[in-house]
Amino acid sequence: MKFFHLIWGNLNRRKLRTSLTLLSILVAFVLFGFLCAIKQALVGGVELAGVDRLIVRHKVSIIQLLPESYQTRMERIPGVAAAAHQTWFGGIYQDPKNFFMQCPVVPEQFMAMFPEFRLPPEQMKAWLATRTGAIVGRNTADRFKWKVGDKVPIMSPIWLRKTWEFDIVGIFEGEKKGTDTTSMFFRYDYFDEARKAQNWGTGQVGWYTIRVKDPAQAANVAKLVDQEFENSPAETKTEPEGAFAQGFANQVGNIAFIVAGILGAVFFTILLVTGSTMSQAVRERIGELGVLKAIGFTNGQVLGLVLAESCLLTMLGGGLGLALAWLMTARGDPTGGMLPMFFFPVRDVLIGLGLSVALGVITGMLPAQQAMRLRVADALRRM
Amino acid sequence: MSDPILKAGALVRVDGVEKIFHRGSEDIHVLSNLTLQVPAGEFLALMGPSGSGKSTLLNLIGGLDRPTKGTVEVAGDRIDTLSDRQLAAWRARHIGFVFQLYNLMPVLTAERNVELPLLLTSLTKAQRQKHVETALAMVGLSHRAKHYPRTLSGGEQQRVGIARGIVTDPTLLLCDEPTGDLDRKAGDEILNLLQALNREHGKTIIMVTHDPHASARAARTVHLTKGRLTSEAVQ
Repeated sequence: MKFFHLIWGNLNRRKLRTSLTLLSILVAFVLFGFLCAIKQALVGGVELAGVDRLIVRHKVSIIQLLPESYQTRMERIPGVAAAAHQTWFGGIYQDPKNFFMQCPVVPEQFMAMFPEFRLPPEQMKAWLATRTGAIVGRNTADRFKWKVGDKVPIMSPIWLRKTWEFDIVGIFEGEKKGTDTTSMFFRYDYFDEARKAQNWGTGQVGWYTIRVKDPAQAANVAKLVDQEFENSPAETKTEPEGAFAQGFANQVGNIAFIVAGILGAVFFTILLVTGSTMSQAVRERIGELGVLKAIGFTNGQVLGLVLAESCLLTMLGGGLGLALAWLMTARGDPTGGMLPMFFFPVRDVLIGLGLSVALGVITGMLPAQQAMRLRVADALRRM
Repeated sequence: MSDPILKAGALVRVDGVEKIFHRGSEDIHVLSNLTLQVPAGEFLALMGPSGSGKSTLLNLIGGLDRPTKGTVEVAGDRIDTLSDRQLAAWRARHIGFVFQLYNLMPVLTAERNVELPLLLTSLTKAQRQKHVETALAMVGLSHRAKHYPRTLSGGEQQRVGIARGIVTDPTLLLCDEPTGDLDRKAGDEILNLLQALNREHGKTIIMVTHDPHASARAARTVHLTKGRLTSEAVQ
């Protein structure tokens, strides 16, 4: 710390140059924060997927329905602890841009299958007592300012092509940050009864989630499930919940690769910008470095001073950029529902901090070595 | 202050020193078989024309460079055999430098410039500050402690340079043309200061200069020509 005023003073020597370098580092780290949040939004479901849950869907496509009768057959398969189904409702609230997922479910089975959704017991009781009752996640409730007791009209372009009316009986919270609380769930019995009127889809569901007794046996159980329905009119494809979520994410592309590619290009540019700043900074004060050595600073101490200056620059820019990214992403999904898990994970903030230190070391190393190797007598001549 | 034992004998012993610089295939003999002794407490002036080797000799005595041949012993240490790291620590302990162009850090105030050599010691912040105040008082610049070099005159900057040179109470003060960039009045003030440091505080000083007016302030003057000592005068 006793060298801080020397390091800080050197950093402030060329205020414009330092400010511009700082700004470019800051922008790079804001971009880093945003891309991490987008990646989290697109692949976060994979990380949050239950290790003991499998998704069973139609072998042809997720949009093909499966018979409701499969549930009891699945529950009989060795290794299966429970099963619950969901069906894509695809409803629109007021405007198509107000997108969020709605699914009819069997409340007790559903809540047992997804303990990460926290619903107060009295609201659960109200849901079971209200045929048109629906529960909605905190995110969507806040977004549309819905509260328990509200009646919500939702138009379904798939089911009956009419506006359905639901009573909000509960608002669920997520167990942890990143748990998706943008969805709405309502009762399957109400849904199935109502769709009899369109003569299509009755007794059919979208997909099943099954819980296995032993996660280590998940692959075997998946195989048994698919074998059970082999050669039937609705063959199944069973996969871990994480792989299912990954499949959705992969529709956008290899997110991790895209993010790494963009960040790689950005940080390489920053590497050159900061490296050039530090090289210039050292070249301009070779004589001063000679003075430091003359009065007793060792080569290692001179190396440390230049590296500390470089790290201070990148950590300052990086820290401010990360803080700004944190603030900008703290407001959540900027798309109004397309990216429910949009947030800047703490893990990525820590990676960002590490990256800022690494950037400082890499960009400072060459000029620092140059400073370290200076011969005192030669350096003093260049004062 | 300097070790009393050293005061009895020579503080600086340069014996049979040669210094050869290599420029391409050419060897440039800057110092040839040079022998010099400087007793503790002496104020010595090194004079000579440009290229005579006086600054090179000062660098060898200050541990900034090593001789090609011969030995350099200062304060009882054979500094020509020390490693870079050992030399840096040795310089911090024994040598104070005063440069022609002051060589202050433009980003630091006068007091922070003076504090620089103390950053290499184990002194606390308060102790360092006390030493800095004492050194600045000795050069008569207490009132300019918070000023940056660019706001000081040449003479004042050189006095800050001297304060930086003496703040650790070094064994030896090496001055390379300390008045070379100053007008006569400011130069005289610096020479008065160096003389006072020598006479009142017993500081051993070796000063390189072109200026006979400056060398007249020293107790002894040695002349170098083409890397050899050619004459010596005691004032």
